[in-house]
Amino acid sequence: MSRVFEPGDRVRVRKAFPPGHVRTPFYVRGREGVVESVAGRFGDPEELAYGRDGLPKKTLYRVRFRQAELWPDYTGPAADSLVVDLYDHWLDGLEQQA
Amino acid sequence: MSAGHSHHHPHGHPHPKQPDIEDQPFEYYQVMAEAVGELLIEKGVFSAAELRKTIESIDTRSPADGARVVARAWADPAFKARLLEDANAAAGELGIDAGAIPIRVVENTAGVHNVICCTLCSCYPRLLLGLPPDWYKARAFRSRVVREPRAVLAEFGTIIPDDVEVRVHDSTADLRYMVLPCRPEGTDALGEPELAALVTRDCMIGTAVPEA
Amino acid sequence: MQRHHDMGGLEAGPVERAEHDHAPWEKRVDAILRLLTDKSRRVMTVDELRRNIEELGPGAYDEMSYYQRWMASIGNNLLEKGVIGVDELGRRMAEVEARWQAARGA
Repeated sequence: MSRVFEPGDRVRVRKAFPPGHVRTPFYVRGREGVVESVAGRFGDPEELAYGRDGLPKKTLYRVRFRQAELWPDYTGPAADSLVVDLYDHWLDGLEQQA
Repeated sequence: MSAGHSHHHPHGHPHPKQPDIEDQPFEYYQVMAEAVGELLIEKGVFSAAELRKTIESIDTRSPADGARVVARAWADPAFKARLLEDANAAAGELGIDAGAIPIRVVENTAGVHNVICCTLCSCYPRLLLGLPPDWYKARAFRSRVVREPRAVLAEFGTIIPDDVEVRVHDSTADLRYMVLPCRPEGTDALGEPELAALVTRDCMIGTAVPEA
Repeated sequence: MQRHHDMGGLEAGPVERAEHDHAPWEKRVDAILRLLTDKSRRVMTVDELRRNIEELGPGAYDEMSYYQRWMASIGNNLLEKGVIGVDELGRRMAEVEARWQAARGA
């Protein structure tokens, strides 16, 4: 099942630690951000990495995080941010978590 | 990657005798590269000519390509709009084949300074900037730039004022990023080639800003 | 578990800005990968390259250079897929080394 988010939606990255090849950096897992844009549909790297066809394709989102949300000890200005590209199955809408 | 470069010569100085070739045991993966290339050619996976042509095409790509794109964007607002919408197509207008992987150009403004990285490996807009510098692929930059970007930029001599947002782009997936830097003040009279000369590789990574 | 290649946010020293020009063999490795992942061939994917680099283990980033990691991963992928055989590759590497040794002596 692929989740559909719109720019501006608040999302939380799944706090998951599967073995094997994934493209979700450790430092954003469990963190909350905002969908900045939808980057498109792409083959699933977690499948492609093992010689399979990567289908069905996954929707890739550009998700923006506040640095202060990622790093509690962040010393820079509050506006500083970071954008990571994340596949739909790594994201939960925040209301789903409530 | 200073610590990681374990082939047998220190970098950063000329070595006319190529001591790594003439005096040292042959490096294992260098031998493997030769052998694998030969076997793949013999098996018809690709031809010797295709391999040679691909190596040549790697050599033709450099930050000069990205700089041409930036200079055109500075000079032509309509081109800039197309570049921000679809960088691969816009580069194509200048005769630059930016390849099949989508490149997203992120624009620096008075309020935002962008910097690109890849913490998981070394994703980089190779078809616009050539091969990435060693430091981009190395542990220090990859580890630190997402957590303390301003400190890392300061090591490059780039100080971003506190009223400008620093926005880091971690290229984790199927996009590659390139920074469109701000056009420096006092460059109104310059043509595109002169503008392009102001745009260094690091300006398009975001670790530097162009100066007139 | 934070895997060794997934290093965003870890402590590290200053950025070492010295750069080296790419050696011919490094460009050869880069070109081989581009050809193998090319849309018209699809012998392997960049995802498979990354997976086998990650599988090289925690020492890989400190003990191997960038293109050594690439070459090790490409080699493993080709062996896994049966594009090249272990014996075949081993024999060819020995031949290459002997040839280079002879050229050096000449």
